[in-house]
Amino acid sequence: MKQYVIIGNGAAAVGCIEGIRSVDAKSKITVISKEPHHVYSRPLISYYLEGKTDTERMKYRTADFYEKNGCQVLYGETAVKIDKDAKTVTTDKGTVTPYTSLCVATGSSPFVPPFEGLDMVEKKFSFMTLDDALALEQVITKESRVLIVGAGLIGLKCAEGIAARVGSITVCDLADRVLSSILDSECAAVIQDHLEENGIHFLLSDSAVKFEKNTAFMKSGKTVDFDVLVLAVGVRANTALVKEAGGEVNRGILVGDSMETSIFSIYAAGDCTEGNDISLGARRVLAIMPNAYLQGQTAGVNMAGGKAVFDKAIPMNSIGFFGLHIMSAGTYDGEMTEEQENGSLKRFFVKDGLLKGFILIGKTERAGIYTSLIREKTPLDTIDFESSKKLASNSIFSLETRRKKFGGVV
Amino acid sequence: MKRVYVNEEWCLGCHLCEYNCAFANSGLARMTDLKGKKIFPRIHVEGDDKITFAVSCRHCTDPICLKSCIAGAISKKDGVVCIDRNKCVGCLTCVLVCPYGALAPGEDGAMQKCELCLNNTCGAPACVTGCPNKAIVYEERSEVK
Repeated sequence: MKQYVIIGNGAAAVGCIEGIRSVDAKSKITVISKEPHHVYSRPLISYYLEGKTDTERMKYRTADFYEKNGCQVLYGETAVKIDKDAKTVTTDKGTVTPYTSLCVATGSSPFVPPFEGLDMVEKKFSFMTLDDALALEQVITKESRVLIVGAGLIGLKCAEGIAARVGSITVCDLADRVLSSILDSECAAVIQDHLEENGIHFLLSDSAVKFEKNTAFMKSGKTVDFDVLVLAVGVRANTALVKEAGGEVNRGILVGDSMETSIFSIYAAGDCTEGNDISLGARRVLAIMPNAYLQGQTAGVNMAGGKAVFDKAIPMNSIGFFGLHIMSAGTYDGEMTEEQENGSLKRFFVKDGLLKGFILIGKTERAGIYTSLIREKTPLDTIDFESSKKLASNSIFSLETRRKKFGGVV
Repeated sequence: MKRVYVNEEWCLGCHLCEYNCAFANSGLARMTDLKGKKIFPRIHVEGDDKITFAVSCRHCTDPICLKSCIAGAISKKDGVVCIDRNKCVGCLTCVLVCPYGALAPGEDGAMQKCELCLNNTCGAPACVTGCPNKAIVYEERSEVK
């Protein structure tokens, strides 16, 4: 019998559990969960505030998930040390758990710059966890003036989530555009217009430099009065445990396609890792939920003695704001072509005869066909890509390819 | 397990499967009640003037939609890939990852997909039963080499 330990209790941990159980039905799995909650979907916290889901439906797996999978969960315990020689994990409560293989799925933490006067701000929040959302919900009122620092995915989803429940929302960001991690300037301008139409105010290329109680002093010299402050500047991978154990880390814990770290029998998965982005051809932290699960599952299979690789990681996001949907994938490298139609916008990036990335705004039907072209590195001269730019279709593939895709079990 | 397959050389592109699907999952008394309404079928016909074929969920052995769903709303029950529409928040991540383009949102914005008519009153795929040219079949097959 083996003894598996997973540090973390998010999507990567679930993937790991399901990966282990696909190979090893019996050995014990211990899950160390810093948060005192059954595994829930973190990206749903804005939908929770919007009233589109609730804490019950936010559960990422059914209530009997751990029991069915033979897991012991240490709720409210934080792993503080990995002893790679003794092969044990120690928590802040003093629990020492031995492992034969370990998965580090510690995720990321909000990065809060050292703003002057921040400690004097009474109502300030991060927006990462369910408890963050519940705490924010406690203080917002129909009159609240909310300042959100950070116009990225987290900051803007927060804005959408609370928009109908507060008085006003101002979002500031040092970047010159919204969603700078996933959109180019023109696409960002489309989304910014849409958000402004929905009542969100922006201060871009600007950020708070100092706070005095309920006033933010901006780099531009402007001041913003607020009642509630949300800090969504960015996140950083939680790498400390592996680093202290002597493992290789960069911006994330370095993993190969098997998800093993540089330390034998220690694996890592999810937002805490830095793996290969095949659209970029280089390492990158890909803090997105599908990759967390896929990495976790790969780690789990390998921890249990199976053989799995995850060698198709690319950045990708599907996100909507006030009814307008955005999808993005891959890397915006190479020649760009554009399709516009009735307010929708599609941009494709092609290099060396391969689709490297895309941005879709509005029209997103069957986008997975495009995504598969990036993931599978399909040579565009073997398909009729041009005809699918307006609407993705399986008719771009040859009869033979379609026979394989649709003629039997896949 | 049995799955839905389309023999594209027999598909007429008549779109009846889309109507049969929409009706089977609508709860309406008569198919004619769909007239004049925008339908949200779980199967759709693709192609051009030369070739047409219907596409619905492949019920993949290793479904990437299930692994990618941010809400944990997609699961596999006896091989059938099912979606819990009550949990779905309509983020469309499944649309972004499905290489077959087999998922689309329903009228209310929550995702829907072919569940082989096992969760409605038909009990067997309505697209298959209603295909006038028998281009859509419901049968056991293996992997195509």
